[in-house]
Amino acid sequence: MASPCLTIKDMTLAYPDFIIQHDLNFTINQGDIFVIMGSSGCGKSTLLMHLIGLMQPAKGDVFYGEESLWQAGQQARQRILQRTGVLFQSGALLSSMTLFENIALPLTEHTRLSAQRIRLLVDYKLALVGLSGFADFYPAELSGGMQKRAGLARAMALDPEILFFDEPSAGLDPVSAKLMDDLIRSLRDHLGATIVMVTHELASIFAIGSNGVFLDTETKTMIATGSPKQLLTESNDPKIIRFLTRGETDNRQTDNLHPGAA
Amino acid sequence: MTDKIACAFHASQQGTTLEATFSGDWLLSAEIPALDPLLTQLDQGKGINRLIFSTKGLGSWDSLLMTDLIRLIDAGKKQGIDVDTTTLPEGIQGLLSLVYAVPEPTGARRKPASSQWLAVLGNAGLQLYQDTQALIAFIGELAISMTMLLRGKSRLRPVDFWLNIQECGPSALPIITLISLLVGLILAFVGAVQLALFGAEMYIADMVGLGMTRDMGGLMAAVIMTGRTGATFAAQLGTMQANSEIDALKTMGFEPMSFLVLPRLLALICIMPLLCLYADLMGIIGGAWVTVNFFDVSLTQYLDRTASAVHLKDFAMGVTKCAVYGVLIALAGCLRGMQCGRSASAVGDATTSAVVTGIVFIVISDALMTMICNRLGI
Repeated sequence: MASPCLTIKDMTLAYPDFIIQHDLNFTINQGDIFVIMGSSGCGKSTLLMHLIGLMQPAKGDVFYGEESLWQAGQQARQRILQRTGVLFQSGALLSSMTLFENIALPLTEHTRLSAQRIRLLVDYKLALVGLSGFADFYPAELSGGMQKRAGLARAMALDPEILFFDEPSAGLDPVSAKLMDDLIRSLRDHLGATIVMVTHELASIFAIGSNGVFLDTETKTMIATGSPKQLLTESNDPKIIRFLTRGETDNRQTDNLHPGAA
Repeated sequence: MTDKIACAFHASQQGTTLEATFSGDWLLSAEIPALDPLLTQLDQGKGINRLIFSTKGLGSWDSLLMTDLIRLIDAGKKQGIDVDTTTLPEGIQGLLSLVYAVPEPTGARRKPASSQWLAVLGNAGLQLYQDTQALIAFIGELAISMTMLLRGKSRLRPVDFWLNIQECGPSALPIITLISLLVGLILAFVGAVQLALFGAEMYIADMVGLGMTRDMGGLMAAVIMTGRTGATFAAQLGTMQANSEIDALKTMGFEPMSFLVLPRLLALICIMPLLCLYADLMGIIGGAWVTVNFFDVSLTQYLDRTASAVHLKDFAMGVTKCAVYGVLIALAGCLRGMQCGRSASAVGDATTSAVVTGIVFIVISDALMTMICNRLGI
């Protein structure tokens, strides 16, 4: 269970004129729900972009299993990234296509399945995220939460081993956010996928996060790793405690923050 | 993948119970065994009242297995057969419960659009009617905000106006220069071949001068500006519409008509006549270059001929037409931009539609105005 799935070694993230984060070293294990935490603007989303091959690190590398992402050639990188699925913050569905076409796109381009099989697969993925019957809708005709779930169905189209989420519950009402969390957890449990997510929704962090890394804005590096619950009870760093208790440092008990979460 | 992955499926019936057995690796890259015989057997429903699954020999699996299971379960449920999924692995059961957690809302699924020719024709007619209605409403709103502006009840932001002037005018000069020079040059060449038959090369100047000032200069400027500025207007306003920026402006108390559309419209009306004069000049220069270099006419003669052939009323006609084109281009661009939907593809559609509408408007209005001038003897 605890075999490393994604390893980040000595990574420095930088724009041409300034450094965002430096010396990042952590491992994401198979089956983890790994949370990238930190205050706004600390570079969480930028880190995600580096993990999914959209931006090249200034220094260091990302390893998928044993394979290096950035020392690999263009084709090898494409092949590695085909094993991942990404859900962007706003869903990033192609607006000129229906949900069916959006989800069928990777299937038709990257596999040789028959049209009927693709139809079945798309229906299945839509049913998984609770959107049966919406295959012929355009993204603009759906609510924000539905767009997000459709984005998730597209991210899962090729049965990826690793799913990346950028703020999966941002912009959702508490009930929908909870449903999203449950969905993510059951996908991890039943598909055996590894989940990496960027979020600052404390409720989700505690409810589903099994491991995580905390990025700091001032020192521009990671200051802790481990499961969020453990960080809350064991960490001595005031920054982490302030973040995990929403600044209300007195409430340092997990139970107060998420009643009912197991 | 080159190596074949083996997966197999078989069904056996014992009494009224049908057992579906899956074995091997059910992965998307595998050769898929056909399920259809079993599905037809289920559909006929002969003496089967229970469907159970066996997965003892099942290796790895992914969405492929899930889609086939769902087909079997759906077919079974349709026949009222008792489907027992408890023997399936836990992961599969979990996914199945997710799949059946949210029932399909009734009426969500779309019916394919009718493709009968009468329906298509009818829809096209309705669309045309709605488009015309929208255009008239837009012109009406524009007229209202213009009146408000003239009566001093609303204000035009000078910075917007001047930005649009900059964008429509000076920035467009290079492309106008190039196209007008070439049009003048082509007019001269085409005409000269015919006129040379009569030894009348001198009249190239008349032809180019009158052609450019009365019609071609303005028309060319208008076509360029439709592609350049009309498209920009539609894309700008369309993107603002898609990003809810226009809604934001409305809530802040800005009327989109006077805040966004009027500055663009007025800028284009002011700048188009100037662009027309500039295009006329460039066309005449292009004609002169050809005539002087390739035919036996001196530059002085050419300019002298041009001066005596072209009168102020010819300029006035071209410039007036061009101001009208300006209104039409801005109207087409802004109308399509404001009508834009809320997606990236809608912005593309709006831009295309703005250019097409603009060119259609220009050509029709040019034909009309030319006929009117002709009848009035201008």
